[in-house]
Amino acid sequence: MKKLLSAKLLLLLMLMFVLVLAACGSDEEAAGTDGDTGADSDATETEDTGSDTEEGDSKEASEKLVIGFSQVGAESEWRTANTTSMQDAITDAGHELKFSDAQQKQENQIKAIRSFIAQKVDAIVFSPVVETGFETVLQEAKDAKIPVFLSDRAVDIEDDSLWVTFLGSDFIEEGKKAGNWLVEEMEGEGEVNIVELQGTVGSAPAIDRKEGFEQIISEYPNFEITKSQTGDFTRAKGKEVMEAFLKSDGDNIDVLYAHNDDMAIGAIQAIEEYGLKPAEDIVIIGVDAVKGAFEAMAAGKMNVTIECNPLFGPQMVEIIEQYLAGEEVPKRIAVEESMYTMDQAEELLPTRQY
Amino acid sequence: MAKSKLFWPIMVLVFILVFNLFFDPSFFTVEIRNGRFTGSLIDILNRGAPLMLISIGMTLVIATKGIDLGVGSVIAMSGAVGAMTVTGSPEGSLTPLFLAIVLALGVSVLTGVWNGVLVSRIGVQPIVATLILMVAGRGVAQLITNGQITTVYYEPYKFIGGGYLLMLPLSIFIVAFVFLIALYLTRKTSIGLFIESVGANPSASRLSGINSKNIILMVYMFSGLCAGIGGLILSSNVASADGNNAGLWYELDAILAVVIGGTSLMGGRFFLTGTIIGALIIQSLTTTIYSIGVPAETNLVVKAVVVLIVCLLQSPEFRNKVFGAFTRKGIKDTKDKGVTLS
Repeated sequence: MKKLLSAKLLLLLMLMFVLVLAACGSDEEAAGTDGDTGADSDATETEDTGSDTEEGDSKEASEKLVIGFSQVGAESEWRTANTTSMQDAITDAGHELKFSDAQQKQENQIKAIRSFIAQKVDAIVFSPVVETGFETVLQEAKDAKIPVFLSDRAVDIEDDSLWVTFLGSDFIEEGKKAGNWLVEEMEGEGEVNIVELQGTVGSAPAIDRKEGFEQIISEYPNFEITKSQTGDFTRAKGKEVMEAFLKSDGDNIDVLYAHNDDMAIGAIQAIEEYGLKPAEDIVIIGVDAVKGAFEAMAAGKMNVTIECNPLFGPQMVEIIEQYLAGEEVPKRIAVEESMYTMDQAEELLPTRQY
Repeated sequence: MAKSKLFWPIMVLVFILVFNLFFDPSFFTVEIRNGRFTGSLIDILNRGAPLMLISIGMTLVIATKGIDLGVGSVIAMSGAVGAMTVTGSPEGSLTPLFLAIVLALGVSVLTGVWNGVLVSRIGVQPIVATLILMVAGRGVAQLITNGQITTVYYEPYKFIGGGYLLMLPLSIFIVAFVFLIALYLTRKTSIGLFIESVGANPSASRLSGINSKNIILMVYMFSGLCAGIGGLILSSNVASADGNNAGLWYELDAILAVVIGGTSLMGGRFFLTGTIIGALIIQSLTTTIYSIGVPAETNLVVKAVVVLIVCLLQSPEFRNKVFGAFTRKGIKDTKDKGVTLS
């Protein structure tokens, strides 16, 4: 009897544990700032955010479009900023938005696109979860005469008539910008030893940002990449790898080039703990221009960040409007991006959205 | 000496460290910078701290013939709970820090209770039971942090993983403390014997009066606690909580450290000191790869080759076949082995 009782008690405990976990989850979610990208929004369910943002003064109210947008998910601050930008741009322009979060699953995305087709939207915008496997559903869209616009990520499909254009960042260009800035800044300095923190091995931004940077640097013999290692785009790894670099090369490091700001922020901590001054003893270059980088720059610990802009919603809406007005649109459009240096950081910090 | 289970792991560790000298003559130098000891050896201890902690917990779980795949997720959860608790707290008071530690460790021990109950009371296979948490725990961590990387600006929180005591990183002291407690409990009290006996034969242990269910529950709780401390260190070290990446694949590294240290996955005898050496081997290897400039693409291959060598050296059969051929004693050993086996 006693045993039975304790078994029941344990069961009760476990049940409570599950409930606590569940409660924890929903609490946090409700507190979240971005309801649209919440993890439990059904992939096939489309949301009509157009109707509840009426004050979005429509300049072209004469031509109200219905635009379906299928996003990858909400895996990072960058992605959430991208989602918000796209949603705001569409509703602010007076169009109707049908939004769907694919939660990193291709099947959700295909379902969403099919539902957009069934609802006869005027245009479909989507960021493909993976590069392949969209032929059938894109053909269905083409047959229904609905134009498809790729955002942020490309697809690997031979028949390029299946989509209108691909609007996204050019990672090679970002690498080149980083290289150019460095060359301009330090050309007369003699030997310059650079250490590089790469992104996740094999990912497109890591490969391209490395390539673009090297293209510029290789033309100048006094610039040399002495160490290059992956930091997996994370702070913890960035810090750990930089620590090891500092121990083996120490004061011979002049420049750190990190493929994203998070790794740069981790590395800054390592440099400080080692007893050097980031941005003074070691020049620090990051990519992405996230808020953390601006905070670091405002504190005088980072020199420059190359923007990888997620806020291309307005640009996308413009392209859609142009296309539907009958204008020619190029197949590949790069997002308008700039870069920010230490001097601009303090001023811009309050305006950064992500 | 060579008979000791620890001989080969120590040899490998020494080899890896000495190997570094060829690339960086100052590898063993420990200097004082910023009023703290700095050097590669300190780095290895400091960076290896979370792995050592988690491996200590994992050793006891494995000794009961179990396995805990959930530790990586517990790291993420503990870090997320800790960081979210202190986010936005005022600088002056230390209360949020203690609250964060209590909450984070509380959640971690609860996850241990969950695993332990599933395994000991409901009879779910350990690998399946802990797999549930491995998947779900990361999801919970992401829910807590809202899927974002949250930065902590509350200074005292950074002390756990980034603070210094007596010029050495605090994390080293935390590991030493947990290690000594575990060593004391398992070697000076009967708990160690109970754990080994449950691992060797649960039914026989139960019949001889050991409450094997509670022993199993306890080791999972301990493993959860260790992972929780590790999670706090990791999150505090970079002053952020990352539900996606914190503690990713730590469970596998911890199992590896335990196995390198000489504890069998079949349960029974366990070697806490061996586990610590195993974890140090893994960490020195990682640090070595970063500092000697192996191309990023080949990191994992290099790691795998070294692990393979360690595992081969750990196998008595392999050692006898390779080294034994040259000595009489070796041949005799092999023969003895054959007899005992048949």
